[in-house]
Amino acid sequence: MAEVTLLEAIREALAEEMERDPAVVLLGEDIGRYGGAFKATDGLLDRFGPARVIDTPISEAGIVGAAAGMAHYGMRPVVEMQFIDFISCAYDMLTNYVATARYRAFLPCPIVVRGPSGGYVRGGPFHSQNPEAAFLHTPGLKIAYPCTVADAKGMLKAAIRDEDPVLFFEHKYLYRRIKAELPGPDEVVPLGRARVAREGTDLTIVTYAATVWKALEAAEELAASDGLSVEVLDLRSLLPLDDEAIMASVRKTNRVLLVHEDTVTGGIAGELTARINERCFEWLDAPVRRVAAHDVPLPYAPPLEDFVLPQTSDIVRACRWLAAY
Amino acid sequence: MADTDTTPGAPSALTAEDRLALYRWMRLTRTLEERLVALYRQTKVVGGLFRSLGQEGCAVGSAYALQRTDAMSPLIRNLGSMLVKGATPLEVLRQYMAKGDSPTRGRELNIHFGDVQDRHFVGQISHLGDMVPVMAGITLTFRLRGEARVGLVYVGDGATSTGAFHEGVNFAAVQRCPLVVVVENNGYAYSTPTAQQCAAERLADKGAGYGIPGVRVDGNDVLAMHAVTAEAVARARAGGGPTLIEAMTFRRKGHAEHDNQSYVTAEEIAHWAETNDPIDRYVARLTGEFGVAAADLEAIDAAVAVEVDEATDLAEASPPCDGPDALVGVYAEPARMPGLWYRGDASRAVTEHERPASWGTHDG
Repeated sequence: MAEVTLLEAIREALAEEMERDPAVVLLGEDIGRYGGAFKATDGLLDRFGPARVIDTPISEAGIVGAAAGMAHYGMRPVVEMQFIDFISCAYDMLTNYVATARYRAFLPCPIVVRGPSGGYVRGGPFHSQNPEAAFLHTPGLKIAYPCTVADAKGMLKAAIRDEDPVLFFEHKYLYRRIKAELPGPDEVVPLGRARVAREGTDLTIVTYAATVWKALEAAEELAASDGLSVEVLDLRSLLPLDDEAIMASVRKTNRVLLVHEDTVTGGIAGELTARINERCFEWLDAPVRRVAAHDVPLPYAPPLEDFVLPQTSDIVRACRWLAAY
Repeated sequence: MADTDTTPGAPSALTAEDRLALYRWMRLTRTLEERLVALYRQTKVVGGLFRSLGQEGCAVGSAYALQRTDAMSPLIRNLGSMLVKGATPLEVLRQYMAKGDSPTRGRELNIHFGDVQDRHFVGQISHLGDMVPVMAGITLTFRLRGEARVGLVYVGDGATSTGAFHEGVNFAAVQRCPLVVVVENNGYAYSTPTAQQCAAERLADKGAGYGIPGVRVDGNDVLAMHAVTAEAVARARAGGGPTLIEAMTFRRKGHAEHDNQSYVTAEEIAHWAETNDPIDRYVARLTGEFGVAAADLEAIDAAVAVEVDEATDLAEASPPCDGPDALVGVYAEPARMPGLWYRGDASRAVTEHERPASWGTHDG
C-alpha cells in the first residue's frame, strides 16, 4: 500500500464513511468545488454531489446549529471549520445547544466538527489556535486530536459513527508532513483510548497532537545522549481521557512530564496533574511537571512563535530535570 | 455585476488637488502590493499575502471621505484605506516581514494593526463581521460624548452572513450610531461566489431590514465611491444614523497569494482587468474630463516608486523580533508570569537551534 499524508487519510475517512452511510453529509465554507482551504474535501463534491457536500455561507453558528437539527432527524453531518480558530463563533451552539441536547431533551446529536488546528506555522493569533481546553469543560462533547495517519483516519471514522457530538482536531503542521501506510481499508480506531507511541521505563511523557512528534524526538535524543528510556503516551482522545493508560504508564515509570502546545494555564495538563495526584501519588518519584505554551496569544513572527511554543529542546531539558530528581 | 445598477452618488466637491491625491493613494496601494509580491516570492514575507488588485478605488474613495479624527476599521483588502488614513508603507512592509519594529512587534500579520491615538484605524481580527459591533461601540461613544466624529467599517460580501455583522448593524441602527458600513462585494468570499453566500440579489437591500438607508455604488469608480461615502458620512455626522453601502467590485487575485483562483474563469478576470480596472478608468477620466496632463500622473508614479523603494530598504534593514519580547503586553499591568521552569536561561537555545529553514505558511 502506498503512503498517504495525514490530510489524505482524513479525506479517505470522509469518503469511505460517505460510501458506507448515505446519512453522512459534509457542511462547510469552500468545501465543495474548491475542496476546502486545505483540500481536505477535494474531489468529494464530484463524487457525492451537492446534496452531500454542502457549501455554506460564512456562518459558523448557523452551520453547527443546522448540523444539530439534521442530526436530530437521522443525518450524520460532518462540519468543517475552515480554521479551528473559527469554532469560537459557534461556541454558544456547541456548548449550550449541542452538548446538552441528549441530557436535557433526549435528542441524539451525532455530529462531528472538524478542522485544522495548531501552530508552528507562522499563522499568527487567529490561524494557529488550540482551543480544545475550552471544550474540555463541557460535558456532552467528545474531543479527539490524533497525530498519526492511521489514527486520523480511524478515529474520524469512529467519530462519524459515534452517537454523540465529537470535536475533531487536525494539526495543520502535520497535514502534509506526516506520511505512512494505512493498516487496512476500514480500520476504526475507538475514541477514548490512548496509544503508547514509544515504550520506556525511566519516565513518561503524556502528550497529544504535534507535540507527540516532538516528544518522540526528545526521547530519541535522551536515549542516545543520556541513556534514558522515555515512554511517550499519545492521548489521542482528550474527552473522555484514557485514565487507565495514563495511570498504567505512571505506575511503570514513576516520573511523568505532561506536554501540550496549548497555553499552560487552564490547559489539559492541569486536569491530568490532578488525576495523577488523585490516583497515583504513591507511585510518583518526582513531581508531575508541565511543558506547554506561555500564556500569551500566539504571535506571528518566527522568533516569537518559537519562544512561546514548546520545543523539543524544552522537553529534553524537562526530562533531564525529572530523571535527576 | 453591471455598473448600471448602481447609485451615482451626489456631485463631488473634490478639488483638483483632491483628485490627484486619490490617484496617488490608488497608485501607492498597487505599487506597494506589487513590492510585497516580490518580497513574498523571496520568502521575506513570512505569512500569507492578501491583494486588493482591482479594488483600490473602493478602498481609497471611501476612506478619503473621512477626517483624521474619524475612526475606520479596515478589512484585509483595505490597504488603500489604511494608507489614506495615515498608515505608512514602511509600517506595512515591516508588518508583513514580521520585523521587531513593526507596528505589532511581530505579534500580528499583514495589515492587522491599528492606531486609535492619532490616525484612528482599529486593528482587525480574522473573524469576519466582528469589527461591526466594535465600530458600533466606537461610534456610540462619539455620539454619547457629543463629538462630531463618525466611523466607517469595511466588510466583504462573505461577512454579511455572520451573526456578528447582523448584531452589529442592528445595534448601530437602533442606537443611531454615526456609522457607515461599507460592504465590498467583490464577487467571491475565498472561493464562494456571492450568490451562494446570500440569496438576496442586492446586499444593499439588507439596509431596509435594519431600517437604515442601503445604497449600491460602482466601487471601481473612485469618484462615485467617494461621493456616496461622503454623503453617508455627512448623514452620520448630522445625527442621521448608519448607512449601508454596497460597493460593487471584483477580486482579481485569489483569496491570498497561494490561491490560484481556479474557481474563476481566466476570461472573467481578464475582462475586469481590461475593461474595469479602477486605476485605468480613473486615469481616463483625469486625462480626459479633468484635463490632467499624463506627465503629471507619471511624476506621481515615479514619486510613489521611490517612496516604496525607500520604505523597502528601511524595512529590510529592520531587526527581527526578539523571542522573549513575546511575553510582553498581554495585560496593562504586567502579569507575574512564572518563567518557563525548564528553560532556565536557555531560551536562546530555542531560538537559535530550533528554527527549520522552511516552515511553510498557514495557508497550507
